[in-house]
Amino acid sequence: MEKEFTGTDNYITSGPLREVVNASVVLGRPLLVKGEPGTGKTLLATAIAENLGMPLIRWFIKSTTKAKDGLYVYDTVQRLHDSRFSDHDVTDIENYIRMGPLGEAFATPEQAVLLIDEVDKADLEFPNDLLNELDEMSFYIYETQKTVRAQHRPAVIITSNNEKELPDAFLRRCLFHFIEFPDERMMQDIVRVHHPDIQENLMNAVMRQFYWIRNMDELRKKPSTSELIDWVQVLMEGGVDPAELSRRVPFLGVLMKKEHDVEFLREQLVQ
Amino acid sequence: MLEGFFVELKSRGVPVSLTEWMTLQDALDRDLAHSSLEAFYYLARSVLVKSETFFDRYDRAFQSFFKGIESREEMVDKIMEAMERLPPEDFEALARKAGLDEKSLEEVLKNFREQFEEGHFKDHFGGSKAIGRGGTSTQGAFGYNPAGVRIGQGYGRHRSAIQVAEMRKFRNYDPDLVLDTRQLRVALNRLRRLLPRGPKDELDLDTTIDETCRNAGELELVFTAPRRNTVKLLLLMDAGGSMTPYSRLVSRLFSAARSQFQDLKYYYFHNCIYDDVWTNMQNSEEMSTEDLLRTYGSEYKVVLVGDANMAPSELLDRNGAISYFYMNETPGIWWLYRIATRFPAAVWLNPEPARYWLHSITIPIVSRVFPMFPLTLSGLDDAIQTLLTTQRPRIRAEEIKSFVEKRRHPFGRSW
Repeated sequence: MEKEFTGTDNYITSGPLREVVNASVVLGRPLLVKGEPGTGKTLLATAIAENLGMPLIRWFIKSTTKAKDGLYVYDTVQRLHDSRFSDHDVTDIENYIRMGPLGEAFATPEQAVLLIDEVDKADLEFPNDLLNELDEMSFYIYETQKTVRAQHRPAVIITSNNEKELPDAFLRRCLFHFIEFPDERMMQDIVRVHHPDIQENLMNAVMRQFYWIRNMDELRKKPSTSELIDWVQVLMEGGVDPAELSRRVPFLGVLMKKEHDVEFLREQLVQ
Repeated sequence: MLEGFFVELKSRGVPVSLTEWMTLQDALDRDLAHSSLEAFYYLARSVLVKSETFFDRYDRAFQSFFKGIESREEMVDKIMEAMERLPPEDFEALARKAGLDEKSLEEVLKNFREQFEEGHFKDHFGGSKAIGRGGTSTQGAFGYNPAGVRIGQGYGRHRSAIQVAEMRKFRNYDPDLVLDTRQLRVALNRLRRLLPRGPKDELDLDTTIDETCRNAGELELVFTAPRRNTVKLLLLMDAGGSMTPYSRLVSRLFSAARSQFQDLKYYYFHNCIYDDVWTNMQNSEEMSTEDLLRTYGSEYKVVLVGDANMAPSELLDRNGAISYFYMNETPGIWWLYRIATRFPAAVWLNPEPARYWLHSITIPIVSRVFPMFPLTLSGLDDAIQTLLTTQRPRIRAEEIKSFVEKRRHPFGRSW
C-alpha cells in the first residue's frame, strides 16, 4: 500500500478504525460505518480524503433518493430549454448527461473518496440497487449507450444510523466498523483539538459531569461529542468555576436538547 | 486451522457467509493483520460481522478460540508444543528453512526457543499468512509472529486482543437484551409504515417535469398519493406491584413509543384488565374498558406490557381483582379475550425472562390469548413482525370457558 490512513490533526481516530479503513481501501470494498450520532461518522470520509490526498465526493441520501440518481441524471429540462434557442447543440444527448456522485467518483482520473451518507434514510431496496455498480465499478448510460468504468476503485465510505436494516447481500460486500463512543481519554484528546487552552481542572470536572449524564439510560437523547464541545466553549467563555460543576450543571440547555431530559436531570441534581 | 474459528462463530449464531470468509483470507494474504492478533481481531470483525448486535457473540467466539495464546511466551510454548508433534520430515524441512543444521531434536528445539525469544524468524515461520493458512501445524498459533507484535501502534491502552474480547463491551447490544430508549425507538420505528394512502391528488412535480420534457414540451401531469404514517398504537401497561422491578424498562419503552408515534394512546392496568383502565394511576383517573373498546377502532395496534404473572383467581374469578375494594363482575380473562377479538393486531410484551414463563400458571393462559414476547430487543422485533402481519384472534371463547369453568390449564396442569 502506498499510503496509509493515519488520522488527521483535527480528527482523532482509534487504532482499530485506522486499520479497518486501510483494509477497506486495499481490498477495494466499501466500508460501512455505524455508531451513535456525533461520533464523527461523516467526518471520517473528510479525514480520509485529506489524509490520503484524494478528492472527496459526497452523496447525501434522503428518503427520496434513488440509486440511479447517484449514477447520472439526464437533464431533460435543460435540453428542452436549450432547444428554444439556436446557440446550443441539442442533438447530442451527451451534453445533458450529468454525473451523479457515484458516476463522478468513477469518472475522476485519480482515486477518489466517495461518501454515501446516511444510507439507511433511503428506500429499503436502495442499497441492493447499487450492488452491481459497486461490484463492477461500472455502469451503463442508456441514453448515450456508453459505459462508464472506474479507472480506480474509489474508497467508499457508507454511514448508517441504524434506522433501517440493510439487506444481507449488501452487507456481505462491505466491511463494517462500529465507532464506539469515545472513552474519557480519547474524549479529552478530542476536546483539546477544539479547545487547546482548556485548564486541567475544568477538563476533569467537565469529563466527570459529562459521563455521569451520559450513563443515564432514561435520557431520550444523550449528549454527544459536538454538544460537549459547545458546552466546554460556553463554560470557558462564561468563566465558570470548575469546583462549581460538581454541584450544578450550568448552561444545561447546551448539553440537553429535550425538555423531558432537562427536567429529568434537574430532578437528579436535586437529589 | 482457522476454519475452526469460522465454525465457532457459526455455532454461536453469528451470521457469517463463505463470501465473507474468503474476503478475510484475501485480507490475510495481503498482510492486513500485520501478524498481530489484535489487528486480526479488528480486521476479522470488520469483515465477518456486519452488525454491532453480534459483536458480543464474536467476542465470546474469539475468546474461546484464541484463549491461551495471547502473550508471546504462551505463543512460543504453543509453537514448541506443536513442533514436537510434527512428523520428522516436516520438522527437518522447517529446520532447514530456518537455517538450522543441528543434529539432535532437542538441540533444534532449544535453538528454536532461543531464537524465538530473541525475536528472530520474522519472515520465515509461516509468517503473516499463517494465521489461517500456511504452516504445518494444527495450531493457529503458527502464524503469530512474536517479533511482529506491534505495541503502541494506536491501540492506545495496550490491551491484547483477548483482553479486548474479554471486556465484552458490546454485551448490551446483544439482541436478547434490551438497552436504551434509542434502541427501543429504532426497533419501534419498524412499525412505522409510510405508505401512499388515499386518492392520488398530489402533483408529483419532478416526474411531471421530466415526463413533460421527454414529451418534447407537451404537458404530462403525474399524480401520486401522499405518504402517511398509518400506524395507530394503543399501549396498555401493567403498573402492578410485581412490575416494580421493571418500571425503568417499561418507562423507557413508553418514552420511546411516545416519541415515535403521533397517534399513541396509553392506559394502565393493575395485574390484569377488568372493567376499568386508568389514564393516570396515581390520581385514579379511570376509563371503562367498555368505552375503550368502543372508542378505538380495530385498526389500532395494541401492545400490552405486563408480567402476566398473578394468582389464578385474579385472572379467572369474578371479583378476583387484587385490590380489595375493586369489584369486577367479569373475570379478567374475558376482558382480555374481548380486547384480543376487538383488535386483531395485538401482542403482549413480558419483561419477565422467557425461561420463567412455564413456571407460572397464568402466563401460559394469557399467552393463549395474546401472542407473547419477551421485552427484549429481539422479542420486540418479533412482536412488531406479528403486529405487521395482522393475525386472527388465536383463541376461541370455548377455550376461555374451559379455563374459567373447568379450570383446565393449557398444559393440563391443575392448581
